[in-house]
Order: sequence, then C-alpha cells, then structure tokens
Amino acid sequence: MKLLTGNHLVNGYVIWWTGEGWSRHVEQATDVGDKGEQIAQVEAAACRVNNPYIVDAEPGPTGPVPNHIKERIRAIGPTVRPDLALKPADASAGSYVI
Amino acid sequence: MVEVAIPSNLRFRDDEPADEPGVSLDAFLDQPNAVSVRIEGGDDVRRLAPAFDRLKLVEVDFPRFRDGRGYSSARILREMGYKGELKAVGDVLVDQLLFMRRCGFDSFGPNQAIDLDVAARALSEYDYVYQPAADGRVPVWKLRHG
Amino acid sequence: MYRYDKFDQAIVDTRVEEFRDQVRRRIAGEMTDDQFKPLRLKNGLYLQLHAYMLRVAIPYGTINAKQLRVLAHIARKYDRGYGHFTTRQNMQFNWIRLEDAPDALADLAKVEMHAIQTSGESIRNISADQFAGAAADEVCDPRPWAELIRQFTTFHPEFSYLPRKFKIGLTASDNDRAAIKLHDVGLQVLRDEAGNFGFRVFVGGGMGRTPFVAHLIRDFLPATSICSYLEAILRVWNRHGRRDNIHKQRIKILVHDLGAEEFARQVEEEWQAIQRQDDDMPLKEYERIAAYFTPPPFEEGLSDELDLSDPRFAAWVARNVDAHKQPGYAIATISLKPIGGIPGDVTAEQIDLLADLAEQYSFDDLRPTHAQNVTLPHVRKADLYALWQKLDAAGLGTANLDLISDIIACPGLDYCSLANTRSIPLAQKLAERFADPARQLDIGELKLKISGCINACGHHHAGHIGVLGVDRKGTENFQLLLGGSGAEDASLGKIVGPGFTEDGVVDAVERAVEKYRAIRTDGERFLDTYRRVGVEPFKEAIYG
Repeated sequence: MKLLTGNHLVNGYVIWWTGEGWSRHVEQATDVGDKGEQIAQVEAAACRVNNPYIVDAEPGPTGPVPNHIKERIRAIGPTVRPDLALKPADASAGSYVI
Repeated sequence: MVEVAIPSNLRFRDDEPADEPGVSLDAFLDQPNAVSVRIEGGDDVRRLAPAFDRLKLVEVDFPRFRDGRGYSSARILREMGYKGELKAVGDVLVDQLLFMRRCGFDSFGPNQAIDLDVAARALSEYDYVYQPAADGRVPVWKLRHG
Repeated sequence: MYRYDKFDQAIVDTRVEEFRDQVRRRIAGEMTDDQFKPLRLKNGLYLQLHAYMLRVAIPYGTINAKQLRVLAHIARKYDRGYGHFTTRQNMQFNWIRLEDAPDALADLAKVEMHAIQTSGESIRNISADQFAGAAADEVCDPRPWAELIRQFTTFHPEFSYLPRKFKIGLTASDNDRAAIKLHDVGLQVLRDEAGNFGFRVFVGGGMGRTPFVAHLIRDFLPATSICSYLEAILRVWNRHGRRDNIHKQRIKILVHDLGAEEFARQVEEEWQAIQRQDDDMPLKEYERIAAYFTPPPFEEGLSDELDLSDPRFAAWVARNVDAHKQPGYAIATISLKPIGGIPGDVTAEQIDLLADLAEQYSFDDLRPTHAQNVTLPHVRKADLYALWQKLDAAGLGTANLDLISDIIACPGLDYCSLANTRSIPLAQKLAERFADPARQLDIGELKLKISGCINACGHHHAGHIGVLGVDRKGTENFQLLLGGSGAEDASLGKIVGPGFTEDGVVDAVERAVEKYRAIRTDGERFLDTYRRVGVEPFKEAIYG
C-alpha cells in the first residue's frame, strides 16, 4: 500500500494522510494508491503539509506498517527516547520499529 | 533601517538603458559593435576588461537561485572598474537582492515578479555590514576605528 | 570572551527580525518550501526526521554561564528539555516549532547568540582548539582570529550561495585538538622570528563520501591578510567548484581535481587581484578583539599538589584532566558519554549545572569540544575535587576521556532524515560491552566514532575505529573502519571488509580490540599498533 506523509508546516510534526485530512497517527493513514502526488500538490500549495512524499507500507495488526525502518521511526519517535515517542505509554512501540 | 527607494522597474540607474539584448561572451568579444553581453555561470568575466569602453550592459544569468557564481562575476567586474549596468536575470528572488546589490548589481530582471514592499524591506533592513563589497558601504571595522 | 558592541548586536537583532518576517511569509504561503529552505538553513533550522531542528552556533566552542542558561531555557520553553552538543561545537535542539523559531532566536540574541549560517551551503561555525588560552603548547590564543574571521564571513554577499557548505577550523598548536586537516580550510597560527603572526593554510580536507586530508597551500600567510586570502580561496571555489552533482561540490573535490599546486596557484593569482581592493581588517581590529581574550586573573603561587586518595577521583583526574600553562591550574574535560547514555546529550538541568560550574570553577568559561564533551579550561587544582564531586553526583563524572567508551556518535536514524542507520543504540551497546573501567584503561586511548550515514557527521573516517551505517536493502548494516585520526597526524580510516548487523559489529570491534591487545608492544595505542602491522592481522581476527 502507499501512504502519503510529510511534516506539519508550523509545528514540524510528522503527519500522515488519512483520506480526509492529516493525522500524527500512522494507524489512521490511508492507502492513497496512485493519487498521492495529486493530493500532495494540493495540500502543499495550501500549506497544510511541508515536504510531502509517498511511502510503501504493508497492512499490520493495528494499522499500516511502513516498509522502511526510517519511516517506522518517523511514525513512532526516537527509539532511544521512548519517553519522547508519540505514545510513550505504548509498550509495543519498541517492537514496531525493528 | 536605512531608507531605500525601489524603482518599480528594479533599475537603480539614471542613464538610458542599452537597447540591445545581451549576446554570449564569445559573440560579444567577436563583435566590436556589440554593447551588451549575457554572462553564464561558467564564463570568465575578466575577458571583458579590454572592452569596458564600449560595454553598456552585462546581464548575469542565475539559472537557479542557489547557483551563486554570478555574485563573484559581478564583484570581479566592479573590482576591475566596470561602471556600466550590471543586471541579475533569471531565478532572482527578493531575499537575494541585498547580497546582489552589495556585489554590484544595479538592475534586476527576475523570472517571477518581486513584491516591491518586500524588496524595500530587504534592501533597507541592515544598518551595518561586516565586510566591504562593491556597493561602497563602510564595513563595521572602519566604523569602529575611524 | 568576545562581547558584542552595538554593531554586532544590531546585526544579530536585525537578522532575527528579518527571519521573523521570512517565517511569516512562509506560513502565509507567500513562499514555497523550495524558496524558504535556503533561508531557514542559513538560520540553522533543518526539517529533520521528527520535527524542525535548530542548530545554535557556539562560535569557536566558547560559551559563558549566562548563555548556557539561555540554552537551558530554550530547551525547556521551546523544546523537550534537552540539547545535543555536536561535532562542530554547536548545540542542537530537535523539536523546535517553526512559529517559535523567531522567538527562540530573539531570546538567544539577548545573550549575544545566534544560529546564523550553521547549516545550508554557507560558511559554517568556525571551530577551534578547546584548550585555547589554557594549553602551554599554543603559540597564542587562536580565538581572536576565529572571531575576526567569524565577523568577516557573516552575511558575506559574494559567498552566500556557495556550491556546498564550508568549514573552517583553527589551532595555534602543533598538537591539533581541532582536527583542522579535516576541514575545508584549516588554519594553524604561527609566529615568525620577528614575532609576527601568520597562518599555515590547509585547504581541501573533509570527510563524507570522498574523504581527504587537507593540503598545505601556504606555509606562512601574514595573519592580517587572512580575510583577503580566504576571499581568494572562496572565490576560486565559488567560480569553479562543481555544481552538477551534490556529492562532488565541496572544495576538497576541486582541490583534488586541479591538484593542490594548481589550486594554490589559482588562489595566489586571485589573491593578487583582491589585495588591491583593501579588504583586510587592520591589525587594530584584531587587537580590539584580542583584548577580550586576555588571560583571566589567575592566582599566583598556587600549589600543584593534588590529594588523590579517593580512587574514583584519581581515576577521573588521570583521564579527564590536562596540564594548564598556569601553575596551580588544570584543564578539566567533562565527559558527556556516561555508559549507556546518549553521546553529547544534556538535560536542561545539566546545562544549568554546567553554567554554575563554569561560573564557580572556570572564570565563567566553558568549551564544547568536537568530540561532544565539554571542557572547563581554567580550574584551580585545589578545586578539582569539589568540582568532580558535583559532576559525579549529576552523572557527569565518567572518567573515560579518549577511552573506548568516549564515543563520538552522530544522532543517526533516531533523529536524522539523512541517516541509513541508527548510531546511538550502537554507541550504547559498545559502551556497555566495554563498560569495565579496568578493561578500558588497559585498552588505553581508542577513539571510536560512529556515523549513521556517509555524510560522516560522526567523523567515522577519523576514528581509530570507525563505524559507518549503510542501508542494505532496507535493513541496517554497519561497516567497520580502522586507522583514522583527526589529530596533526591526520589519516583516513580504511574499511576492513563486509558489513555487520548491529550486534555483529559490536563483536567485530571486540575482536579488533583483543587482537590489538594480543600483538601490541609496550606503550602502543590501538592506532599505533594498527599503523605498525596494517589491516591484515585485524581483518583476519575479525572475519576469521
């Protein structure tokens, strides 16, 4: 599946396209199929996303899991600072990346 | 801020503009009656020195604003004593105007229109500069020591 | 240290307001990211893996307590309570919001700090020997020259759109603690017989995809000509450096392609032309700046004796304390590499503590080093024990300077969008494998450096042991290099063989270390043994 991701212009956070808008949570990311570039252009022009790009992913138990380790780290947070992760209380976060 | 007047045609000169478009450096040097030249990034502007008498306009192309070779070309020309029009053309954005003026450019032909209010701010923002350049502004160290 | 006058302050304040307006225009959609990117990079603001990252300049690695406290304030107010000391003596914050960046910069400007030209294709922060003003082996304090060059290269109109970044390093000693030969321009301050200052000028060093040790292009440049000479170097590169392939645009490529001799000839030719323009700062400007760097009011007649009866204190003194030129004083380096910690990271509370300690014990003077530690340059020997106790209580007392657990590691894939692999977890595993202090001392000096990608921010080419993270079909893989050095005997590490998994490279490092121990002769460091026997014995030990 293809996910559309980028960073929030003002706060810089990692965001994922849900189909209706942008979410910080990759579980809510939708498969953009081949529409990703089109959506990216519209959203970037409207300043709702900065530096958008497409990412390959596979469906997972809780939601999409990006294929590349870099994108999984973007989805969760720095592996060496679980306290700064998106969901610091989520014990399974560590096994999501590796 | 230092007050700066922005001419709407972005030409900071009083004299009549040359009415010939710039030809390439090789072509200019080959044609003794040409008065305008267009410099690309890799051109050696020092080759123009013998022709300063007839040279009225040097257009320096910026194909991408990140390509900074034109700044050196401009400054070298002014260092050599070129007094004619020095025009930055191409991918010229308002945030480069100050550096370009400092390097000796006195007119601009940007691909995209420049907001004149933003340009006025960009050119007048800094009261002080650390280094001398082609614009004759006095560097801070001279202000410190007289 | 240098204090801004009204001109310096006005320039920094103006830059904050100019950037504030640029941010406003970006957020309002008046600029695309492509147009805004070089502007925000010139102000140290990267878009990184998780958020915007702000890199604050600590010019030539010198900072005082007031400034440190503002860094702590930035960490608390605008970030997540910590900062990171980098391999160029700067500090990075990883979670800055774009809309907050102008306010953070305004707070920094109030204490004479900025983020000007700390990233992008700019002339970057000038790095210098962290022992400046304290070491006995320096010709003079190099920092006034660094400050002079900093001013000259700030917003230089001709060189603001360079082919690539440009890094200058300074030392005033034959013992190069600033790795100047791995900079684009390295400057060693000298004095001639008449006592005039001059520079040995090295050009074209650097790591990354194509590492090079810099070439000497000038034996003795009169020091007051440094600005015009730098202009000549920069102009030759600005005009002729490649612009077609981002991996081939550093000045080191041009120096290599032309050959050092031809490059030097072109610089001299350009310099002749520039010299007629009277660009150089006069000696009295140097003297004005140098007046801020006179030695602090050292007490005279202090004892050099130290009570080393506390063995843990003694261990720290043996590793982390260096001789000072003034009797009764010492240079103390604080390790930011606790076993299992994150190299170079400090909490806001630790930054506040460093401020207090600098004020109390070191004439309000602290020096981040390019090895991601911090040095207190002027500590009375009589104060060392009290200092160490406070450091120890705060987790800053690790006695591992230049030992194998004193690892340089870039932020890596945990933070950096350029990275192929994470580097911090590897640094932690390696430090834990070698945690035993006795074992570390037995191994002795061993500079281990980890980069998560070829950009080499972890300086892996300059490690006695270096590790480079590579992407092997979407999984993390690590290459091992041996034999690099960033000191005056600069050399580039060699890749030993095929890469490893993260756990695999920890084992590989251990096998290399054990091989060294097995074949070393008396007094040899790891690097010395490697240079004596070459890579083959190590390769065999590692791969079997």
